[in-house]
Amino acid sequence: MAVITRGFGGRRRDDTDLPPGQYRTDDFPVLSAGPTPRISLDDWELAVVTETGERSTWSWAEFTALPADEPTVDIHCVTHWSKFGTSWRGVSLDTLLADVETAAEYVVAHSYGGYTTNIPIEDLLDGQAWVAYEFDGEPLVPVHGGPARLLVPHLYFWKSAKWLRTLELRLDDEPGFWETAGYHNYGDPWREQRYRAD
Amino acid sequence: MSTINGGGDDAAWVDGNALAGPLGEIMGTDLTVAELTCAGCRTTRPLAAMRVFDRAPGLVARCPGCEAVVLRLVRTADRALVDLRGALLLSLPMPTA
Repeated sequence: MAVITRGFGGRRRDDTDLPPGQYRTDDFPVLSAGPTPRISLDDWELAVVTETGERSTWSWAEFTALPADEPTVDIHCVTHWSKFGTSWRGVSLDTLLADVETAAEYVVAHSYGGYTTNIPIEDLLDGQAWVAYEFDGEPLVPVHGGPARLLVPHLYFWKSAKWLRTLELRLDDEPGFWETAGYHNYGDPWREQRYRAD
Repeated sequence: MSTINGGGDDAAWVDGNALAGPLGEIMGTDLTVAELTCAGCRTTRPLAAMRVFDRAPGLVARCPGCEAVVLRLVRTADRALVDLRGALLLSLPMPTA
């Protein structure tokens, strides 16, 4: 039997898929608070550091040998654009944190280049977040966060830190780069939590 | 005239003159003649010499010498927030008596 699909999700995507205040773009705009760091894969390392100082690290070879997912997700930038059906390859945070002993409730993502952003740990687990290293079947390019970036699609995209270097697990919350400059501490696009008073 | 780093595959920045409008509106004075001392490398330069990353959720000014963030400016729905913790000093000329 012939099956006719109408694209992603089996139906045409329309404005009802957009969070409030967003418009749809088919481009992939580049936003950045600073110069693009260039990290050679030989020097690249991902670290998870717990509240007790316990440190787990992965080299590029170790990281890319981990089981990977291929999520297709909508992404929503706080500057009002949304992009539907973006395709990634990356390692689930469930995998990265599986053997990590922690009582942490918060995570601060630290990037090469100095950027930071804070996220409750429960928003990174249960298949909600990845460390992504491919986009559209190609290695993630530096301007979009390569070699690897955080991908937390249910929050505004500033939470999906580019050039991810360290996940710091903490008992207390510590607002990051944009969160200390007036942006919302949590950043749910469906509740339009753009600014700290929203 | 503004300097623009189109940058090809790099993130674009514009020079510090891009701060003049938004900062002037907030502070009520012409800041293009101000000088800023970077808290990172302690170098003093005209505000116009800073590199401003404006394709971002706010304006981020960085020292052209050490790349440290010297100023951040965010406009929310009803407020303007200016973070100057990366600036050791902001120096403005005043009319003499």
